[in-house]
Amino acid sequence: MLKVENISVRLGKFELRDVIFTADPGGYFVLLGMSGAGKSVLLQVVGGLIRPDRGRVILNGRDITSEKIQKRGVGLVFQDSALFPHMSVYRNIAYPLLSGRMGRSQVRRRVGELADITRVAHLLKRTPLNLSGGEQQRVALARALAPEPELLLLDEPLSSLDVRLRSDLRALLRDINGRGQTMVHVTHDYEEAAMLAGRIGVIENGTVVQTGTPGEVFLNPRSEFVARFVGIRNIFGGTLGGNKGTLRNFISGGIKFTLLSDEPPGEGFVVVRAEDIVISASRPSSSAVNNFPGTVRSVQPARIGAEMMVDIGIELGALVSEESVASLGLKPGKKVWVSLKATAIKYIRR
Amino acid sequence: MSGFDPMRLVFVLLGGLVLLFIIAPLAGMFIATSPAEFFETAADREVAGSIGLTLWTSMLATIIFGVAAIPFAWILARKKFPFKKLVSAIIDVPVVIPHSAAGIAILGFVSRDTVVGRLGESVGLNFVGSAPGIILAMAFVSIPFLVNAARDGFAAVPEKLEKAALVLGASPARVFFTISLPLAWRSIVSGMIMMWARGMSEFGAVVIVAYHPMITPVLIYERFGAFGLAYARPVAVVFICVCLAFFVLLRMLSSKYDNAES
Repeated sequence: MLKVENISVRLGKFELRDVIFTADPGGYFVLLGMSGAGKSVLLQVVGGLIRPDRGRVILNGRDITSEKIQKRGVGLVFQDSALFPHMSVYRNIAYPLLSGRMGRSQVRRRVGELADITRVAHLLKRTPLNLSGGEQQRVALARALAPEPELLLLDEPLSSLDVRLRSDLRALLRDINGRGQTMVHVTHDYEEAAMLAGRIGVIENGTVVQTGTPGEVFLNPRSEFVARFVGIRNIFGGTLGGNKGTLRNFISGGIKFTLLSDEPPGEGFVVVRAEDIVISASRPSSSAVNNFPGTVRSVQPARIGAEMMVDIGIELGALVSEESVASLGLKPGKKVWVSLKATAIKYIRR
Repeated sequence: MSGFDPMRLVFVLLGGLVLLFIIAPLAGMFIATSPAEFFETAADREVAGSIGLTLWTSMLATIIFGVAAIPFAWILARKKFPFKKLVSAIIDVPVVIPHSAAGIAILGFVSRDTVVGRLGESVGLNFVGSAPGIILAMAFVSIPFLVNAARDGFAAVPEKLEKAALVLGASPARVFFTISLPLAWRSIVSGMIMMWARGMSEFGAVVIVAYHPMITPVLIYERFGAFGLAYARPVAVVFICVCLAFFVLLRMLSSKYDNAES
């Protein structure tokens, strides 16, 4: 278990103030916050690269606040992998093992195991420079896991990857966590947080403002940062039914959404971007499979167009143009139809 | 690209003039030296001995002071400390002061009646008029080239890689030898070649600390003073040939190393 107690640190203009959170043993803790919120600094404090001005870091009962970096039992994966460019993939993974007392054959066996878990066995002789971003991150994970850290820290590990590789790597991260590895992962991407986290800590202006399960954090946001994307991007908790490859049902608050997803049935969230919601005066005859009658609750000018809330049994936030507000006569109390394509609804597994 | 570009033409012409300015005097010197003169001079024991002395003293100066300069360069690249700008400026002093003045300074520092001079004498090292003195004078004027190149090389190594290695359990010394040094190696080698070249061609500082034994630049000067241009020229030509041969060889070796690495 990792306990971070009242960590404060000041670096130039930037500061972390009384940061408190706990990551359970074998758990997956995600620190969620905007860039500049202090997430990376916090990870470096836990990892021992930055010494805090105040507070304590306790790992499995051991106070490691002033412990040497090398003896903390903490692994760290950087956003851009930080592989050693002058060493082969094999030597990269073996690097932490070679400072210990391990024999050569033992090292070879351990590197083999790690390469199997992270699926980089075919890359061992290559140099990191000509690996893809996803391959580099896999190697970086294998290397960080090599010394069997009690805690694995991940600093935006998916940010530099494209969408397809992200889902591969997310699966790998889940798999590693499933083997009992305690993980603390830092990201600015709420979807990533929702998909991976057992618990989330929201960090804003250098302090942790809310911790809880993804459900607690997203459905009852206590920070402006989380509230903002909950407000504009509609997030609803509920249950996914049906099977892969078909149109799926998602029931939330008595409302049935139809969507596409490869995830197994179960509890989760759906996310709908306000821009993807179409408002019509009468029932539309389009390809959209989700059509709901509703009542306009509010209309407010936004940075672009207007933001409106529509009650369809649950409240949806929609972004429409000012022209639509005028031509449809949108105002509180007005009856409208809300439609959504199945592909506009994104399901996130709990 | 087609069409006439007057600016480009002017630039090329100016560039050609600069190039000619460098090549013409050297070429003239080579042309004025007959093959017979060249080989006779190369076989001259005084010349050969002097070239040998110049080569090994400059090489030793680079190696001895390199051992201290490389870790120092790492500190300059990585650490913050008070008066760092001043320290960096001090490093450059030998480049900007007249080399004869540098020679006077060193001579005052190592002559027999100084602490350093006496210390050297007690272990059998005499700095004035000897190879150790030549090495000191060469190192004094050439060390900025190595320190600066190595510092730039270390600064170009991403700090994140050093941090990653520390987190992976490596000691600071292991990080230095397995990460920082190999990744900065290219710059360090080119700095060492520069330092060696600069030391080898030094005249002003060396001539004051040690007229004898004679390094080649001093020998050229002496022959010029005693016998005139015609006698100094062949020595200069032979020395230039030897230097060039070494540099081409070293550049080839270091680029071969780079290719093998990438």
